[in-house]
Amino acid sequence: MVEVLSQTSDQSAEFETQDLLLNVGPQHPSTHGVFRMVMTVDGEVVRDVIPYIGYLHRGAEKLCETMDFRQGIGFMDRTEYLAAFNAELSYVMAVEALADLEVPERAQWIRMILCELNRLSSHFMFLGAFGVDTGVFGTPFIYAWREREALIDLFEEVSGDRMMYAYFRPGGIAWDVPVNFVDRVREVLISATQGIDDFDSLLSENEIFLARTQGIGSISAERAIALGMSGPSLRASGVDMDIRRDEPYLKYDQVEWDVITGEHGDVFDRYYCRVMEMRESIKIINQCLEHLAPGPILPEKMPRMLRTPPGEVYLRTEAPRGEYGVYMVSRGGNRPYRCKVRSSCLSNLQALHELTVGEYMADAIVILGSIDIVLSEVDR
Amino acid sequence: MSVDLFGMSLNPWADAAIRLQLVVAFMTVVVMGLIYAERKILARFHQRVGPQKTGPRGLLQSVADAVKLVGKEDLRPAAADPWTFELAPYFVFIPIFLGFVIVPWVQGWNVRLLELGILYFVAISSISIVGWVMAGWGSDNRYAIIGALRAAAQGISYELPLVLALLSASMLAGSLQLDKIVEFQSVVPLIVWQPLGFFIFFVAALAELNRTPFDIPVGESEIVGGPFVEYSGIRWSMFFLAEYAGMLIMAFVGSSVFLGGYSWPFGEDFGLPFQMLLAAGKGGLFIFLIFWVRASVPRLRIDQLMGYSWKILLPFSFLQILINGFVLVYGLPHIILLITGVLSLGLLFWVTEGIVKRPLQPRRRRARAIAVQEAEVS
Repeated sequence: MVEVLSQTSDQSAEFETQDLLLNVGPQHPSTHGVFRMVMTVDGEVVRDVIPYIGYLHRGAEKLCETMDFRQGIGFMDRTEYLAAFNAELSYVMAVEALADLEVPERAQWIRMILCELNRLSSHFMFLGAFGVDTGVFGTPFIYAWREREALIDLFEEVSGDRMMYAYFRPGGIAWDVPVNFVDRVREVLISATQGIDDFDSLLSENEIFLARTQGIGSISAERAIALGMSGPSLRASGVDMDIRRDEPYLKYDQVEWDVITGEHGDVFDRYYCRVMEMRESIKIINQCLEHLAPGPILPEKMPRMLRTPPGEVYLRTEAPRGEYGVYMVSRGGNRPYRCKVRSSCLSNLQALHELTVGEYMADAIVILGSIDIVLSEVDR
Repeated sequence: MSVDLFGMSLNPWADAAIRLQLVVAFMTVVVMGLIYAERKILARFHQRVGPQKTGPRGLLQSVADAVKLVGKEDLRPAAADPWTFELAPYFVFIPIFLGFVIVPWVQGWNVRLLELGILYFVAISSISIVGWVMAGWGSDNRYAIIGALRAAAQGISYELPLVLALLSASMLAGSLQLDKIVEFQSVVPLIVWQPLGFFIFFVAALAELNRTPFDIPVGESEIVGGPFVEYSGIRWSMFFLAEYAGMLIMAFVGSSVFLGGYSWPFGEDFGLPFQMLLAAGKGGLFIFLIFWVRASVPRLRIDQLMGYSWKILLPFSFLQILINGFVLVYGLPHIILLITGVLSLGLLFWVTEGIVKRPLQPRRRRARAIAVQEAEVS
């Protein structure tokens, strides 16, 4: 039953060898969801890989067209469930741009804190899953889970939900944060800093980890740009591009932080960019907490049912995995005529073939892990 | 000719059979304990609690697992090769249990003390590779066949450093019989004279047992269990049992050869209970090391694994034998062994680190593969 392709490999002088078709997924422990790739392997070396996506397609964009602007927020949560605040942010900012709403200061700072915290929790999830991909039995996963749990508890205190927050509103936020919010965030940041240090000593300095990740799956800056990669996966190749700094939204122009770039564009750089980015996020949040002052959280004159004038807008923000953009067309009324999500994961996944071909089969798993995809964002 | 067993005079064959039965029964219980211990210890590493619902402190977890596994359906894929598939677990299981024949548990407690004990051990335990290949081939599953071939390559590669490390120890002891090696260490355990040999043995033992970081044949995150992917129920549990039994025997052989087994280092003898405590403690230390490694390091890749065996471990185990030979032939003091052992261990680490930290560059192989593809397209 073991089917083989009829192509033969080039060193078949004495005996004939055949490439093996290997189906990885959609149910496989390392495809991070329902993702399938069909690999052609020559012994242990991958010669071709064909990704299949779409197992998780729910038509979230189409559904948004039938919902009013407030209801659409919930669908955005579900497209990017590991960084739902960032996904909501792009959506509500697009609506605000259409309706020309002014967001109060306090709401902006709170949004910024929550988005950066969400970046932390999302990157912790990546670190844990990536550790498992490289083959450590559970330890990094549980370490990451511990830190993520603290962050998610905080999100629950703020929004009432652990993953699908639906907390941002066009014009501001749904309700004010709890009174002990600032203390709680400081508390969580201390444990998160400790968690990042743990990862540095567990993985970043481990010789086997270095041997497994350095020099694997590298991509040049030109190719990364050509393939439309964004976020840490792009910065790892040495491209100094971060929407938070280049097109400041919220209050990113009022805080001090650095854009982390890699050098080699290999798996290790993609991993380490994220680790360093988490430290920068902590820096940003600490500054935000100092700016947080009492005030309104929604504009003074907020209609009960939001209607926008006709128009179209594309608004992008820097989500943990890269550029998360929302293109929205309105023909007036209380719902978008068209809502299209530009998914960073889908664009980053385009590079999979180029990164994987020629590497070992075991590395294909690590490379897929290093791109850090969320399948529900890829398929939407 | 008759042999005494618990005061009874028995035919040697009957005696051996009874002793082996006792060992197998004892082993099965100990292996269940080991599984529990691994789950609890790994849970501590993970900051979890581990099993806690089955019995006091989860002590009956292994029993519950065994009952569940026995009750499960023994599935065989329709396209599998019936004989190879069904016989494979026995080929993995029996050689490992036969290895227990030569282990001296404490003074006078053993099945048989063969003169060529170590040779017997390495010969019989490597037969289980055949079982792995049979399981992989018989399952008719691509993950399984990849895992089986990896297991074969790995098993053969690491057999050599393992044998050479054991050989270097037995050179000093002047015997291949395990209890004589233990007696030799009644003053100073061999790990003091053979630090390099012990390190090589430990690494090769990890690879032979397919434990992290050498769990490439089962590679949970890549090939999803390797040769065992199609097994279920009682057959799968036999693989599992064999894995832990293999770990136990490797720990006891390792502690007998390098740590002094049941003997107390300074030549004093405190009687049977103390010997049991020592044997269990040293074996347990070895097993704990294996668990510790499992909780902390990622998996190697197949080429790195093979390279490490052939390019680093094998030359260094020859070096160890060479040093031992010089010391023995010219009657040099043993302290030279300690000094050269530590130095060469340092050299080994230095070479390994140098290989890992080589300058980063996109691999030539990758560039070649892309070129091959482009040629195919055009």
